[in-house]
Amino acid sequence: MRRSRTLRTVLQFWRSSLEAESEYQLNLVLECLAVSGNLAGSLFVLSLLFSGQSSLGGWDWNEALIVLGLYTLLDGFTSCLLQPNLSKIVNHVQQGTLDFVLLKPVDSQLWLSLRCFSPWGIPALLAGVVLVVLGLQRSGTVVHGDGLVLGAVLLVSGAAILYSLWFSLAALSIWFVKVWNATEVLRYTLVAGRYPVSAYPPALRLVFVFVLPVAFMTTVPSQALLGQGSWPWAAGSVLMACGSLLASRWFWRFALRHYTSASS
Amino acid sequence: MSAQSSAIVLAQGLSKTYRIAEKQPGLKGTFRHLLRRRYRDLEAVKGIHFAIEEGEMVGFLGPNGAGKTTTLKMLSGLIHPSGGELLVAGARPQRRQAGFLQDITLVMGNKQQLIWDLPPWDSIRVNAAVYGIPEGVMQRRVRELADLLELGEELHRPVRKLSLGQRMKAELLTSLLHEPRVLFLDEPTLGLDVTAQGRVRDFLATYNRRTGATILLTSHYMGDITALCERVLLIHEGSLFHDGPLGELTSRLAPHRQVRLELQHAQPREVFESFGTVESHQEHQVQLLVPREQLTETVAALLGRFDVLDLEVSDPPIEDLMRSLFQQAGVSET
Repeated sequence: MRRSRTLRTVLQFWRSSLEAESEYQLNLVLECLAVSGNLAGSLFVLSLLFSGQSSLGGWDWNEALIVLGLYTLLDGFTSCLLQPNLSKIVNHVQQGTLDFVLLKPVDSQLWLSLRCFSPWGIPALLAGVVLVVLGLQRSGTVVHGDGLVLGAVLLVSGAAILYSLWFSLAALSIWFVKVWNATEVLRYTLVAGRYPVSAYPPALRLVFVFVLPVAFMTTVPSQALLGQGSWPWAAGSVLMACGSLLASRWFWRFALRHYTSASS
Repeated sequence: MSAQSSAIVLAQGLSKTYRIAEKQPGLKGTFRHLLRRRYRDLEAVKGIHFAIEEGEMVGFLGPNGAGKTTTLKMLSGLIHPSGGELLVAGARPQRRQAGFLQDITLVMGNKQQLIWDLPPWDSIRVNAAVYGIPEGVMQRRVRELADLLELGEELHRPVRKLSLGQRMKAELLTSLLHEPRVLFLDEPTLGLDVTAQGRVRDFLATYNRRTGATILLTSHYMGDITALCERVLLIHEGSLFHDGPLGELTSRLAPHRQVRLELQHAQPREVFESFGTVESHQEHQVQLLVPREQLTETVAALLGRFDVLDLEVSDPPIEDLMRSLFQQAGVSET
């Protein structure tokens, strides 16, 4: 009963946000142009990195395309859900409209995370899928069932870790109100995930594995699709995703105890 | 709490203290603020007690910064009290349990939940999903509320194209869709013109009569309070100054009554000074302030001594009383 009400609520959320977004049709054209521009830029930089060498940190061109494809897929997910929802938390706190969220008999974290669905991330999602398929085909890789499951598990875990980090940073706005910079830094750090982690200097590699887990979001899932993944890695990634989701949940509840609501 | 367990809203020793960072003006102050912040505690609400019975309509008065909105936010579970006990519809608001949230609503005149780019109907559908209201029930409630609020095709127009009054009516409709038992209304007529204010007042009176909902209303427009609320709570600098009928508040704030006389023959000002404080004097018209306990004999003496064409006794306007109270305390009212 409760689950069906939650499902109906989320569907209604997305329906109304799609209706609101459709008021601005020009955005679709602009978003398609932005995705094409970003992809062209990334491919150009990748071709520069490969100029005069056939391998980049142990990855050939076609394998690197898979990493870029998974990054583009994740970027599409970010544009569809994370950006339109989590970037609004700061505004909600600053303008006092978080009050309306907290007054509703629905989980406030769920509301803040799923209230909007932006269709403008769909072009990036499609472009990501095309790049991954192209990379796999051109590298002559046959993806087996277990590789696909492993890759999907790792990708979903990576997305969950990203969400938790972003949500927790946004929750800091309960105390500090203006935390746009921190969330923007997070988003732009993720850009590093468009190339294999082994292509970066050793010090940065450590950062991308242990501090900002960019490696888990694109490089490790790509390895799984190429048949180089391992189940212990996947288990570790799932554990890390569950841990970070629980931590974000706890942190949000803790933050709400300190919420003072904007003055009227 | 058991002595007043029938109350739908019960506050005992309710208090709220904010910790506020203080900053001196100027660049020097900004550097100091960055390096070593100074905090001070601000007691917004200081241990207030009150109980509201189901179906009551209570006015909540006080100047800006008196603690009204903080109290409303504690009652609706948005902020945690620093001390005291609070029960609303049988629940502790700060726990924000689903059952409690289903029982209350908070309408704020300066904030809105309606989706700006879409017609109010879309916000209504979102709320229906959130509160688990079936389609048929939602349609019926929207019809009833729209009738009362005199809303029609406005519900199909984008919110950004509606006037302030139409937006507030749509906001009320959306906020009442789940038929809450307790309504917290914070300045619901803020910025509305006289006609729109009147419509909102009429709606609230009818809604209270029809549904028996409990209403706690804050407003800077005394007209809202005098038209709707028999009982008022007056909060001042975080403490409860008055809890009782509006008339009692008037007597308490104004130990005098206003006596207006229209005379057959003009009289000099001095002759009235022995009857009370002369507020205004024109040839045939005089306005006096007379102590309440001396009213009967003073009126009799005035009628006996002068040829009076008309005599009117009234309380000074509540707005004037409130303004003088707040000014006495060095607080400016907006």
